[in-house]
Amino acid sequence: MSTATIATAKVPRRARSPWAALRRLPWWGAVLLLALLGLLWIYPFGWMVSASLKSSTEVFSGGVGLWPEVFVWENYARAWDDAGFGRYMLNTVIVTLATVVIVVVRCALCGYVLGRYRFPGSRIIVGILVATLFVPTGYTIIPIVKLSLELGVLNSLTGMILALGGAANVSFILIYAGYFRQLPKELEEAAIMDGAGFFRVFWTIMLPLSMPVTATVALLTFLATWNAFFLPLVFSFSRPELRTLSVGMQAFVGENATDWSGMAAAGVISIVPIVALFLFLQRYFVEGIAGAVKS
Amino acid sequence: MTAAPPRGPRDRNAALRRRNLWIWAFLMPTVVLYGLYTVYPIIASYWYSLVEWNGFEAEQRFVGISNYEAVLADPGFWNSVWVTVVFMLLVAPARIVLSLLLAIVLNSPKLPFAALFRTVYFLPVVTTTAIVGVVMQFIFDPSSGPINAALQTLGQSKGINFLGESGLALLTVSAVYVWKFFGITMIYWLAALQTIPRDLYEAATIDGASAVRTFRHITLPLLMPFLLIITVLTIEDTFRAFDLMQSMTGGGPFFGTEVIEIYIYRWAFAASIPQLGFASAAAVLFGLFVMVFGFFQLWAVYAARRLREATR
Repeated sequence: MSTATIATAKVPRRARSPWAALRRLPWWGAVLLLALLGLLWIYPFGWMVSASLKSSTEVFSGGVGLWPEVFVWENYARAWDDAGFGRYMLNTVIVTLATVVIVVVRCALCGYVLGRYRFPGSRIIVGILVATLFVPTGYTIIPIVKLSLELGVLNSLTGMILALGGAANVSFILIYAGYFRQLPKELEEAAIMDGAGFFRVFWTIMLPLSMPVTATVALLTFLATWNAFFLPLVFSFSRPELRTLSVGMQAFVGENATDWSGMAAAGVISIVPIVALFLFLQRYFVEGIAGAVKS
Repeated sequence: MTAAPPRGPRDRNAALRRRNLWIWAFLMPTVVLYGLYTVYPIIASYWYSLVEWNGFEAEQRFVGISNYEAVLADPGFWNSVWVTVVFMLLVAPARIVLSLLLAIVLNSPKLPFAALFRTVYFLPVVTTTAIVGVVMQFIFDPSSGPINAALQTLGQSKGINFLGESGLALLTVSAVYVWKFFGITMIYWLAALQTIPRDLYEAATIDGASAVRTFRHITLPLLMPFLLIITVLTIEDTFRAFDLMQSMTGGGPFFGTEVIEIYIYRWAFAASIPQLGFASAAAVLFGLFVMVFGFFQLWAVYAARRLREATR
């Protein structure tokens, strides 16, 4: 799907008449309503940012207002160092990047052969994948923990990465397969004439062509892994130093029940990277999600 | 003319074999990882549900279907099923209908700033659910959260304990959930609306059809196939409410927000003596519950295709 379909299509302007401005009035009313709702919509984030800059007593005294009396930047230092969010950030970055690499590589390879080749067993594989399309974590978590224990990777970032990368969504494989299937055959025929082998065709022709799909898959995996909670929670039970940001936040409330401003600062630290990424790469996020409905 | 030497069947077989070898090499990462972490757990759950097992390193003792009997006899399990269903009935229609209305407004080419609004309403989707859950605890805090502060200035002197009563807590969590995931459904609808050719609307405007009539006779029928798909996707989403529930209420108060995933988590990980066999039996039942909706989805995709062909 192209950007043009998400962006509102431009309609040719009709000749301006004095009435034209009036006719647009209802739309400006809609804008006002949408803006008010929008402010309410992002208020929780505003509150979090503002609480992260207030003193603990000021947060406690409540109120809806967002502007702090005194800016207490020290809250961030406390969350980053004392509460360990620097460490949690590092863990989250490691786990997320490694998971993205695993998911992209294995989905691209698998999608390529399923989309472009017929071979004994291909239908069985597709069947199994489709049958397990929507398996909730709550269903598989107990065997995953047991398996990780036996493989010796429970309570480690490696174990977390393998479990997140292994269980990640089937839909990505199907997106890759669908994309590779519709590429014209002539592309690889020319390369095979030149003597390129199976891997060369994939690596030098097919993979570069699939960049749009790869971008979407990487971003959606990034989003899902950065925000993952259930698995990292269970995998860091006995090793607090392995917590990711979302698990650290949960523990923070338990351990520092009264430190509201520190909590808010930790929340900002955890959420800002993913929000920034989203604002820069909106198009891919949106297209990836919209793709689920179109296909 | 010098033709290339004809390739014999043996040559072709060798090439085919080499190709198949490559294919399986490409499949290996998925076969191993997906096999270990998704397919195997699904099968293993069935075995675990038949054993008594009090810890990951403890021994397993075969007990037949007694775990299932225990789960089905536990009012706590039925409570979690009930909470899951009520939660689904609260959030799914809200997400589907409200986001459709918003998407229709945002889809109009006449609306200024449409792209900005889309970004704003989509923003909660990308934020970490477990962190949003913790922040929301404070936003809804009865003594000093901003919502109760606002209610007080409006004249409601006694604060409302949004997360302290089991009935109200489920409503509050549902509202936060709708807020959080609303943007995804909105994007689904926008994608669906983009498939409707714009000249249909122009024709309707020329014929003098009102906005309501246009919606009823053009938009709605053409959206029907998407309604099926979006409904199923949204319902399946509601089975993954663990992050929000666990971080916002922990399933409480008095199990009022304990969805099935939290029930499983409580027996397997949060209990002082884990009941892994028992929890596995609950997980298998949960899996069957979800699978029913999986079949519903396959049917919906099929029905949606036929609908789309019929309206073409």
